[in-house]
Amino acid sequence: MPSATLLGQSILSGLFIGGLYALMGLGLSLAWGYLKLINLAHLAFAFLAAYVTYQFVGYAGLSPPVALLIVVPAFFLLGVALQALYTRFAVGEFASLLVTFGIAVIVESLIQYFWTADFRKLQIEHGTASLRIGTLFVPVIEALMLLVAAALSLATWAWLRFTYLGKAMRASAENPEIAAAFGIDPRRLALLMSGIGTAYAGVAGVFIALTSTLFPAQIFAWVGVVFAVVILGGLGNPLGVLAAGLAIGVSESVTMAVTEPTWAPLVAFTLLILVLILRPGRI
Amino acid sequence: MPIRAKIAAFLGAAAAFALLPLFQPPAFYESLLYLVFFWVALATSWAILSGFSGYFSFGHGAFYGAGVYTTAAVASRFDIPLVLTWLASGLVASLLGIAIGAVIFRLRRLRGELFALLTLAVTFVIATIVLNTRIDGGPGVFLSGVKLPDIFGRQSSTIYLLGVVIAFASLATAWFVQYSRLGRGLFAISDDEDVAEVMGVPTYRYKLMALGLSCFLAGVAGGIHAVFVTYVTISETFSVVVPVSVVLMSVLGGARHWLGPALGAAFITLLNYAFVGGEWAVIGRAIIGAILILVILFLPHGIAGFVAQRWRRLRPAAVSEPPASSGARPPIAAPTAVPKPAQGGVLLRCEDVQLAFRGVRALAGVTLDVRQGEILGIVGPNGSGKSTLVNAISGYYRPDAGRILFGGTNLVTLPAHRIAELGLARTYQIPRPCQRLTVTENVALAGMFGAAALDRPAALSEARHWLDFVGLGERAASLPAQLNLHQRKFLELARALASRPRLVMLDEVLSGLTPTEIAGAVALIREIRQQGATVIFIEHNMRAVLELTERLVVLNYGQVIAEGLPRDVVRQPDVIKAYLGTAHV
Repeated sequence: MPSATLLGQSILSGLFIGGLYALMGLGLSLAWGYLKLINLAHLAFAFLAAYVTYQFVGYAGLSPPVALLIVVPAFFLLGVALQALYTRFAVGEFASLLVTFGIAVIVESLIQYFWTADFRKLQIEHGTASLRIGTLFVPVIEALMLLVAAALSLATWAWLRFTYLGKAMRASAENPEIAAAFGIDPRRLALLMSGIGTAYAGVAGVFIALTSTLFPAQIFAWVGVVFAVVILGGLGNPLGVLAAGLAIGVSESVTMAVTEPTWAPLVAFTLLILVLILRPGRI
Repeated sequence: MPIRAKIAAFLGAAAAFALLPLFQPPAFYESLLYLVFFWVALATSWAILSGFSGYFSFGHGAFYGAGVYTTAAVASRFDIPLVLTWLASGLVASLLGIAIGAVIFRLRRLRGELFALLTLAVTFVIATIVLNTRIDGGPGVFLSGVKLPDIFGRQSSTIYLLGVVIAFASLATAWFVQYSRLGRGLFAISDDEDVAEVMGVPTYRYKLMALGLSCFLAGVAGGIHAVFVTYVTISETFSVVVPVSVVLMSVLGGARHWLGPALGAAFITLLNYAFVGGEWAVIGRAIIGAILILVILFLPHGIAGFVAQRWRRLRPAAVSEPPASSGARPPIAAPTAVPKPAQGGVLLRCEDVQLAFRGVRALAGVTLDVRQGEILGIVGPNGSGKSTLVNAISGYYRPDAGRILFGGTNLVTLPAHRIAELGLARTYQIPRPCQRLTVTENVALAGMFGAAALDRPAALSEARHWLDFVGLGERAASLPAQLNLHQRKFLELARALASRPRLVMLDEVLSGLTPTEIAGAVALIREIRQQGATVIFIEHNMRAVLELTERLVVLNYGQVIAEGLPRDVVRQPDVIKAYLGTAHV
């Protein structure tokens, strides 16, 4: 059994990685829940954003917040454009899996073409700064990432619950025809939602660039854990995504501390399978 | 082309490819052709589950990879015949697939989507396990010590022949499955799984069987490929190239036909060959992704589907089936000559059946009897639980409490397909035919499953009989979408009858029909009863109810509020108050 400090530290780092999972899962959950799109390309977009940030910060010399200000609106527009395309071709829930799989493969190839398959790590000032609380170290950027994830989840939840647009979105997801009969334009709402979801991928990407080592092949390796977060959190439920992300993050890093680190990828999958077996109605 | 000629052509093609090495082609061409056959095997094996049943697996790479590493692990350590290792590869892949399917296939919602996601995720889980254990451990596994026998004098010829064998084995399996009972069931599952189950298709078992077969073939192909590449690595084996390629190949060629994936595989492999090496490999992968998107958007049924569609449009007249040739069957005409069946004991008994949906009590303790040979009417306001009762009896819903006895068997704990086998059939208020099967195939499907359980030729002739019976003989080769509502309702009826049920539940067959069509339908229902089936007749049209039924049950708020002779029941004040509004007789 690991010491209390090690356990505390691994719970802490589990919370941070869980924040990243939630950040990645948020846009996916919204698209699946409200647009009926299973967007495998979402993870590829997050990594595209990470590489773009890497380029901006590492080579063009921009500061990370400036990179965020460029990346997020650009990805919002990308999301809007893609949604227009999906609507134009009436892409259904199932076809979306295949189409976005194709997009993900293309994005992965493009990343590999421009940035090669090498490992890349962004070096920035204060990138490894950390606070010391008691016996625990708290890395600043990771903590910021967790705060951003929590803030975005809460804001999205409040937006969906309390604003007119959010309520219209929920009504339109429940029954587009009836919503349309009450004067809601589902197509414009879908454009907005897709834009927001893809912008979240951009946010996630900036933090991935700041915290992780990048290589193209990892895109598909994230599918299992992020979709586990989305499914466990409940489709279209931002707070659920946050909770599931943190739960999986913590269980992964505690598993790493207790057993071998290399077994961590099995944790999310096992949790998901357990939920599917024990509570199939949850889905 | 008669079936024997087709088989001869298939075997001839296999033999021709197998004898190719006799002409001593350059080894390079043998390797290229091997790759074509390797992808034909993978894509075809994928389609056996995913193409036929519509459950798209994104994890074919995991099953193929399990095969690769089983052979790698065994052949690099032990000196046992390769054929046995390949068999082990197939079994390991098959067990892995069945284990995953056993979890996902139980779900009711999103099972297709979750299957796709989980199979994709499992690829990386398997990769992790292989990476962290002694199976690989990181550096990859060399198989250079593994020697193949030299057939036709060369190693490359042996490998090529193995490719031919696994490709044609996969094709033969897919071909056989497509027209077997399993395949018919899988096609029904892809159109409407719930309807398939209620018609008697053991959906869960069939999906697992198809997945097991599919993974077995992929595993063997992986085992052979391990020997071909001689050095296997995790990043190559479990890369996303395998699943994306097989999906693309199958969808491009046409995943709902046994030959479709092979066409796509040959096309894509040769296209890929044009992009070999260096940067081009990356670009080639992007192109495959792009083609996948374009195919989904513009050619969703693949080349095979596209050709079939054009064919249908070009020759609309030529597709009509020959007239029914079932000589042994009594003629449809003069049904009144058949003596009215004696009304006997209780065929179906519902005892205090209860069912609630999140607090809404759809069935609040329904108790009723259906007697052998009668037409029992069930009426009641919308939302009174009529359709829910049919769904509970047919096994789509499981009641929370109570018993449903059918000839002494309690149906409550049985899966829907078992209930269909016992001789229950139903129609749907809004017709739910299998959209991508012809009218004949729809009805024949019911004959192959359910109580009848006929073989395919018998089911087809049974289908023609019942289509003539309901007056749809002319439309036998149409697709359901080409029928009007009245015809689709009658298709439902024919489908229910083709399973030779003892009890038919008709859920508002008359709604939406014109008065003339109603008169025809009423006559039909009378004939169905004359031929010996018991009928539960759910309807809002009170004239038809009074004309047809011998007994009448009134439901309101999920409870039986009246039961008895129709003309007595409709005079009861509470029935008038709850349902009729005015006295009807």
